[in-house]
Amino acid sequence: MTITLHVNGRDHTLEADPSTPLLYVLRDDLELNGAKYGCGLGQCGACTVQVDGRAVFSCLTPIAALEGRQIRTVEGLGTVDQPSRLQAAFLTEQAAQCGYCIAGMIMRAQALLDEKQHPTEADIRSHMDANLCRCGTHMRILRAIRRAAGLPSTEGF
Amino acid sequence: MRSESLSWSRRDLLTAGGLVVAFSCLSSSRAFSQLAGGGEGGAGSKVVAPNLPGSLKSFPLLDAWIRIDPEGRATVFTGKAELGQGIATALWQVAAEELDLPAARVEIVTADSARTPDEGVTSGSHSMQDSGTAIANAAANVRMLLVAEAAKLWEIEVAQITTDGLGAVVAPDGRHADYGTLASKLSLHVSAIEDAPRRDPNRYRTMGRTLPRRDIPAKLTGGAIYVQDMRLPGMLHARVVRGPSVGTALKEADFDAAGRMPGVVKIVRNGKFAAIVARSEWQAIAALRFLQRRPWQRVERPLPVDSFVDALKRLPTRDIVVLDTHDPAGPAIHSVSARYSRPWICHGSIGPSCSVALFAHGEMTIWSHSQSIFDVHRAVAELISLPPDKVRCIHVQGSGCYGQNGADDVSADAALVAIAMPDTPIRLQWMREQEFGWEPLGPAMVTELEASIGADGKIVAWKHEVWSNPHNNRPIDAGGYLAGQEVTTPFPIRAVEPIPMPEGDGDRNSNPLYALPNMRVIYHFLPDMPLRVSALRSLGAHVNVFSIESMMDELARASGQDPLAFRLAHMQDPRARAVMTEATNRFGWAKRVPGDGRHGCGMGFARYKNIGAYCATVMEIELERETGRITVRRVEAAVDAGQPASIDGIRNQVEGGIVQSLSWTTRESVAFDDNHRTSFDWSGYPISRFSDVPGGVNVHVLPQPGLPFLGAGEAAQGPTAAALANALADASGVRLREMPLTPDKVKTALGAI
Amino acid sequence: MDTSGNIFSEKVRRSLVERLRYLNYKRVLVYGLVGAGLCALLVLALTYRHPIVVVARPEQASFSPEAVEKGAALARIGDCSTCHTADDGGPFAGGRPLATPFGTLFSTNITPDEGTGIGSWSPAAFRRAMRSGVSRDGKHLYPALPYEHFIHATDADLDALYAFFMTRRAIATTQPVNRLYPPLGFRPLLAGWKMLFLHGGIWQPRNDRSAEWNRGAYLVEGFGHCGACHTPRNIAGGEIAAHAYAGGWAEGWYAPPINGQNPAARDWTIDSLYTYLRTGIDMNHAAAAGPMGPVTYNLARAPASDVHAIAVYVASLMGKTQNAEVGTAPLTEHPNDAAQDHPIGATLFAGACSGCHGPGAPMMTQGRPLLSLGSAVQEAEPRDVVQIILHGLKSPMGGSGPYMPAFADSFTDSQIAEIAGYLRSRYTDHPAWPKLNEAAAQAREEGGQP
Repeated sequence: MTITLHVNGRDHTLEADPSTPLLYVLRDDLELNGAKYGCGLGQCGACTVQVDGRAVFSCLTPIAALEGRQIRTVEGLGTVDQPSRLQAAFLTEQAAQCGYCIAGMIMRAQALLDEKQHPTEADIRSHMDANLCRCGTHMRILRAIRRAAGLPSTEGF
Repeated sequence: MRSESLSWSRRDLLTAGGLVVAFSCLSSSRAFSQLAGGGEGGAGSKVVAPNLPGSLKSFPLLDAWIRIDPEGRATVFTGKAELGQGIATALWQVAAEELDLPAARVEIVTADSARTPDEGVTSGSHSMQDSGTAIANAAANVRMLLVAEAAKLWEIEVAQITTDGLGAVVAPDGRHADYGTLASKLSLHVSAIEDAPRRDPNRYRTMGRTLPRRDIPAKLTGGAIYVQDMRLPGMLHARVVRGPSVGTALKEADFDAAGRMPGVVKIVRNGKFAAIVARSEWQAIAALRFLQRRPWQRVERPLPVDSFVDALKRLPTRDIVVLDTHDPAGPAIHSVSARYSRPWICHGSIGPSCSVALFAHGEMTIWSHSQSIFDVHRAVAELISLPPDKVRCIHVQGSGCYGQNGADDVSADAALVAIAMPDTPIRLQWMREQEFGWEPLGPAMVTELEASIGADGKIVAWKHEVWSNPHNNRPIDAGGYLAGQEVTTPFPIRAVEPIPMPEGDGDRNSNPLYALPNMRVIYHFLPDMPLRVSALRSLGAHVNVFSIESMMDELARASGQDPLAFRLAHMQDPRARAVMTEATNRFGWAKRVPGDGRHGCGMGFARYKNIGAYCATVMEIELERETGRITVRRVEAAVDAGQPASIDGIRNQVEGGIVQSLSWTTRESVAFDDNHRTSFDWSGYPISRFSDVPGGVNVHVLPQPGLPFLGAGEAAQGPTAAALANALADASGVRLREMPLTPDKVKTALGAI
Repeated sequence: MDTSGNIFSEKVRRSLVERLRYLNYKRVLVYGLVGAGLCALLVLALTYRHPIVVVARPEQASFSPEAVEKGAALARIGDCSTCHTADDGGPFAGGRPLATPFGTLFSTNITPDEGTGIGSWSPAAFRRAMRSGVSRDGKHLYPALPYEHFIHATDADLDALYAFFMTRRAIATTQPVNRLYPPLGFRPLLAGWKMLFLHGGIWQPRNDRSAEWNRGAYLVEGFGHCGACHTPRNIAGGEIAAHAYAGGWAEGWYAPPINGQNPAARDWTIDSLYTYLRTGIDMNHAAAAGPMGPVTYNLARAPASDVHAIAVYVASLMGKTQNAEVGTAPLTEHPNDAAQDHPIGATLFAGACSGCHGPGAPMMTQGRPLLSLGSAVQEAEPRDVVQIILHGLKSPMGGSGPYMPAFADSFTDSQIAEIAGYLRSRYTDHPAWPKLNEAAAQAREEGGQP
């Protein structure tokens, strides 16, 4: 089936089985690396992207559901030379160890910041609950999100 | 691409002899007291220059480690792999420092069987010791040679010459020569010398400072970093077909029908091994799910479903005496005896394992995220019946592995598919449930401790017994792979051996660093493995340190002593005292809130393997009595990793180790019935999420300029587990000893009020 | 009345008008006011409940551990913590919004805080609140507190529950203000509601039933308040006794019938009910979803014998005997027909759902139930299927267990409608649900009420 997807501000027309989850189309057809396969079950969030501004699991969103909707991946936020505010915050906080979960974390956090300019600590933690990190980088990820949201760091008490 | 200057035959020599030397060295543990990779994996490379530090022992030639190009840029080769622990960045800093080059002029090449020295497994927190030490010294040697060349050129004394940190060698009268020009005049194909002058720590430009990690920017912006991101022209997608977990198999599978599904190019079969190859990933997955509709059955003996403590203690044991000391001491006034335990836990890598393999022109190239690139190289060569010089294994990052996850097996799987489909790059990725079902787990362990205090409040006797399966099961030959048992002619399975102390495996850190009289420590090594197990971050240290540090608190409480004072009274090592003092000072230990039923504080300490990094963690918890849920409010930790390469790298690893250990300790346990593993996805194996992690974690690094590097990746796990149990006991008077310390267990112990 | 029967004949009208013209308006006013005042007094007299004097918060040690433990068990059966604990609040400190057809109510603080909780309530005040829905200070309580069930509780049990609450951690809070549609905020109206719907007294056991059945009946009719969700309500919000357990609504979810009209594909038995209530899932049914999740979380931690008794009673409501066998008839599944009738739904299912629910998926090969076994697809209402798709499902036991992600942000209402239609067609032989688009939109809107 021919389908047109709107990804990071551009239209992409491609041939794919309409039941294909967005994750595989992003990675294999559009060669975007950010969204990752972590479980394919909506349990880990490594595949998180934004659709119409909301964070969704791209591993469980078939492309048939996405015509006419705005898809954004981490590549659409910024680049190494021109990172977005949130990406720059992750960089400053060196918020990654293996980094496999990080693109998903950034997209999940971006959805929160798009909706709430000044989230509380409780807002951030419960919003980010959908995404897993196994390396234990949570503290840095939280610091990066606070930094991007203009909140003070709560460490060093 | 093959390296030119180190021929295959020489490398073959170096590796083939390894086995012989290792056996002879094992018998004299002093000579080989520090094993590459912490003793994990195979025998390691043969030692040819025992007086040289680190991996230079096995690869003394400088050009195995460092090349300088005519523009004065350095390429540094390490046999270690970047696992996300930041080692590539740390080694880059080490090299830049000792070469005295700007970091931007240094490139680092990580584990590649064709290009880098074989430094064994990237494990055991040994990378800084093995590779960091080698690179520091090799770089110092190179710098020495460059300076000597300039001295010859300018006809002045070597001692008058300095390097400017910008890539040039400078004479007192201002003459200078850049590294590129000098390097082209000399050969680095010479052996390192032991005592090449090292740079003065007080003048370090890069080492010991925090440079941003090289790999993070791309990870934040969708760069192609991981094996999972590789795309080669004509690449096809593969999925391996197995039962749900180790010891199971599909009863029958309709491969013919699967082979006719859309996009399926081939079903590769070799004995019981089967894999689907398709044009797109989604097509490969659909075919896999189609095949998995058929029933499966257990094909090995049943799993033990009674108490794992009983299951372990029933197994045949080979007893190893770790410590047996006899000292005069007064009579015992208080005695405490306790059993501690932890069930099987899993690595739980966020990205299921993946490998890319290509068989072309009679040569196999495997891109793998295994920690054991050189073992994969040798063992997969054996599996696919190719000579090792026709196989190349290159490390590419995967997601964090924390020990042996599916990375080795998936590389074997990919190679078996690739060799059946020449000239076709094959990307084979495990599914989430395959990673949970087939990865080797962290072994369940039981300890039984008994200790006594005398009239002066000090320990007079100490006994520690530990039961554990082997932790060192990394495949070092074809028989070690899942596929190695599935192919038409299965390969023999080698017997597993314990890693000797001081590294140890199940007995790792069972020997307390405290100065204790009358110690008896026994390792009941259990070679018979009911569940598939292998190395998981910190190996036996998680449980042994949990046990020791819980017991220290139990003794302190039984005799009315402060837990910190009690530890200091028994600890002579000044660096150990320093981390304990630093962490507790930062925490405010002296004025901490007393345990009041809902709040408590606890500490834990260990020196990893008693030869690695020192770490003390102190935490404050809040206990919700209604549910048994523990919230960690704050953690203060102090770590001494010797001379730091990257301070932030150490902090990152220790923070991560604390958060990860809290997850292991409070909620993790692989579930299974007699048939199969029932933890098949995150719903069946929950780990800590953002709502579970501490309020804050502060890690304080105590740098030791000039002292040997000590890896920090596994230093925090044991102390954190104990600090938690100690804080819980402080808060509630309840002492829990069976991990995981779940809310339900805590609640049951607390009772209704 | 004239010959046509019209009481307002021309003649009478004229005479009325004349009389009105001659009325003394002041006197009318006075009579009117006095009359109204008397009515008001009557209303007040009927609705007034006297305050019960405050007491000093009892000492923890004044309660026996046995009483506290008994109370803890009853609190599990009663599921008190679920309503009385807000997402970000302390245990039993209230503040959790409850969406009702009458607006949003906030649960109260039932910790022993003297100022903002029930710390200054005597045992009598507590019993009166539970049985009669009257707060210590005489205010009528909304039947969001299901006192028409708690009225069946014994004194001893209420005292045990009191002991439990008085030994919790006292937490001071600020009570959020209810947002009810006017004039429902006028509490004395509740006296009228109670006159109509608050009946009965302490549960009386039946001689012709086993002790276990009676225990189950006592718990289900009383503290368990199952009918509060599972019984339909009339327009005034009272349970319709004649249709007890014939299905009802709670917080936007449909609670299916747990009488003989239960729609599940396989029969419930005592064992399967017990397993479901105690572990949050049964292999011949589905996982506890929506408000049932927290119920099973608490029942898992209640005494096993009590949960078994509940299972016995509910099985009897369904008309199932002890020896009922679980049916082994093949389950309905016609994927091909369903795909033909609902091609969009089939495609969406393949991409979004089959990773867990499809044949060959790990969840299915590991033995989790087929979707046809769940009540949700079998119910006459599509609401539960829509809600599960929107909100997902968290492990009822609160640790490891069944889990489903939320799809509210991935799918539009019409996409959810497509999937729901496909599921109905694939997994049941029942007629299609009508108006699925509206059902999806309504569920989404109602979910946002608080």
